[in-house]
Amino acid sequence: MSKTRKISIREAINEALDESLRTDPKVFLLGEDLADPAAGVNAVTRGLATAYGNDRVMNTPISEAAIIGAAIGAAFEGYKPVAEIMIMDFIGIAMDQIVNHAAKARYMSGGRTTCPITIRTSIFAGTGSGGTHSQSLEAWFMHVPGMKVVYPSNPADAKGLLLSAIEDPDPVLFIEASRLYGAKGEVPEGDGIRIPLGKADVKRQGSDVTIISWGLAMMTALAAAEVLASEGIEAEVLDMRTLLPLDMEAVIGSVSRTRRAVIAHNATVVAGPGAEIAAQIATKLFGELNAPVQRVGAKFTPIPSRASEAAVTLSVDDIVRAAKDTMGKQDNA
Amino acid sequence: MSTLTEQLTREQLEQLWKSMCLAERLDTRIRAGIRRGEFATVIWPSRGQEAVSAGAALALREDDRLVTTYRGLHDHVAKGVPLTEIIGEVLGTSTGASRGKGGTMHIADPAHGVMMTTGIVGSGVPVGVGLALAAKKDGSDRVTVVSFGDGATNTGSFHEGVNLAATWKLPVVFLCQNNLYAEMTPVEETMAIDRVADRAKGVGMPGVTVDGNDPVATYNAVKDAVELARAGGGPTLVEAVTFRFEGHYAGDTGHYIPDEQLKRQKALDPMETFPRTLRDAGFTDADIEKIREDAGAEVEAAIKETVKAAPPTTEEITSDVYANGLVVSHE
Ligand SMILES: Cc1ncc(C[n+]2csc(CCOP(=O)(O)OP(=O)(O)O)c2C)c(N)n1
Repeated sequence: MSKTRKISIREAINEALDESLRTDPKVFLLGEDLADPAAGVNAVTRGLATAYGNDRVMNTPISEAAIIGAAIGAAFEGYKPVAEIMIMDFIGIAMDQIVNHAAKARYMSGGRTTCPITIRTSIFAGTGSGGTHSQSLEAWFMHVPGMKVVYPSNPADAKGLLLSAIEDPDPVLFIEASRLYGAKGEVPEGDGIRIPLGKADVKRQGSDVTIISWGLAMMTALAAAEVLASEGIEAEVLDMRTLLPLDMEAVIGSVSRTRRAVIAHNATVVAGPGAEIAAQIATKLFGELNAPVQRVGAKFTPIPSRASEAAVTLSVDDIVRAAKDTMGKQDNA
Repeated sequence: MSTLTEQLTREQLEQLWKSMCLAERLDTRIRAGIRRGEFATVIWPSRGQEAVSAGAALALREDDRLVTTYRGLHDHVAKGVPLTEIIGEVLGTSTGASRGKGGTMHIADPAHGVMMTTGIVGSGVPVGVGLALAAKKDGSDRVTVVSFGDGATNTGSFHEGVNLAATWKLPVVFLCQNNLYAEMTPVEETMAIDRVADRAKGVGMPGVTVDGNDPVATYNAVKDAVELARAGGGPTLVEAVTFRFEGHYAGDTGHYIPDEQLKRQKALDPMETFPRTLRDAGFTDADIEKIREDAGAEVEAAIKETVKAAPPTTEEITSDVYANGLVVSHE
């Protein structure tokens, strides 16, 4: 067992970028405000331009399509660019580059070009920033053959998954939750610690119901599991960590034991990521389930102002209620 | 023009004409095949624009990079993509550049520098900027040419891309093949400027307009831009003014092109005018025709070979979505 120490997700991501820049000359970062002294609105890249120079940590104009396009072109030539889209809501401007070019380059060239880019972006949900600065858009990318989508919930996962993403031969969208940047957790010391893409992780064991979640919603899911435990319901909490490809083996394994599933995410429930997971559970475990699969997440509205944001987004209560539903117990409150 | 011509060797002039003939024969032959039901496929004709790509490619090394568009068969030919690979993609057979998985709009042949062909108007510009960024990072003097239409210069991708290239002084040449139409809309309906090249001023790079029906003039303009880029002088926007004689796609009759304009442009058709230059330079009619006929025979042979080839297997069609054979399924 390697030694660990407690650091934040912000520090964990910074360490992963640092290790990549230090060990692989083909890695470079590009995006808005990334370089010191600004070091980004999320302060994730602090110190990296000072250590590696402005040729490795490149400030760009406000040009999301050009940021991703430049990353793609460089990747065609053997580089492993890590491009930052400051806030996920801005990713629409780069959508063509991501969906039509990065994701399909390998296929449409029969493997003659490959596009090993990593796109880091942050979800500002829960910061009171309103409709154009708070969306959880992971489902958009889960729909695109050729992409990989990663959304970690804690510092150790963030570091290990980001290192794997940068080394991965396919384009990876790496999602960070702004509200989790300060969240601390134990992270192994030293270089070379990787967490494979496409592998879910059991964050809490339980036998009564499986709560399937990821990213920012994991905080809510773990809190809901505490509430449920206090009422005698033992929830297993599965952190998907990677959304494309989905670790359905882990999902099916857990749900076939608990026979009940609640999928909890910050994205809107309608046509959200939970729809795919629920459909696969229903197909594979039809007849073994003790209750219909439940999905909880955001209401189908844009995200309102700070005062009302909580009213439309995923809450601990939503998960508790859905879990109790699957147990056949109605909330008396 | 004649003074410029004198700078070119006989071999170079021959190369220009050969490239133009191959492109013209290829385009015409595939359209004829579609028309008579020999192949069911789609192409976006480049008939009329042969001189632009022939001239530009003559200014490039094999390791220089090219990003082009759906209307790029003449660019592919000029940059050296084997005919069987181009036709294979057009017809969707296993001889294609991507074993039939790309289609006409998505031909890539990195061995000859063709890194991407795109059907999304304007989107090749940022990718070309990235290729040029890589060259700069590599310390290489290779240059990237991005080829696109006049319509593409109205997109956000174009403006974002050229600004980034100029800001970072990257070794890239933006080659606008201004064929006077974007799909079915004439250029004057979509921009308030007369010259696309003027767009260069707005980002701080040189912009030049050249007669795109003259391969020698195009060669010279692109050569200057390439030399500047190779020497670390940053990007140039080269506007080559030309014309598209066919409709937007094979099957579009081009009914929206006024007769008068068509007549005026026919007189400037590079396949008619360049032979005059060649004659002035000492080529005989027989020399000129021989090259044209050889090109036709080469195209015919490539089509014969390709038509016989198998379509990709189901296994092939579902591979290369991810590296390492990863298959994502809902089953
Ligand atoms: C982003 C985008 N919008 C619209 C289209 C449909 N479309 C295909 S070609 C074309 C015209 C492009 O004109 P231009 O850039 O001048 O190129 P040309 O076809 O003349 O070579 C349009 C609008 C597209 N392919 N991509």
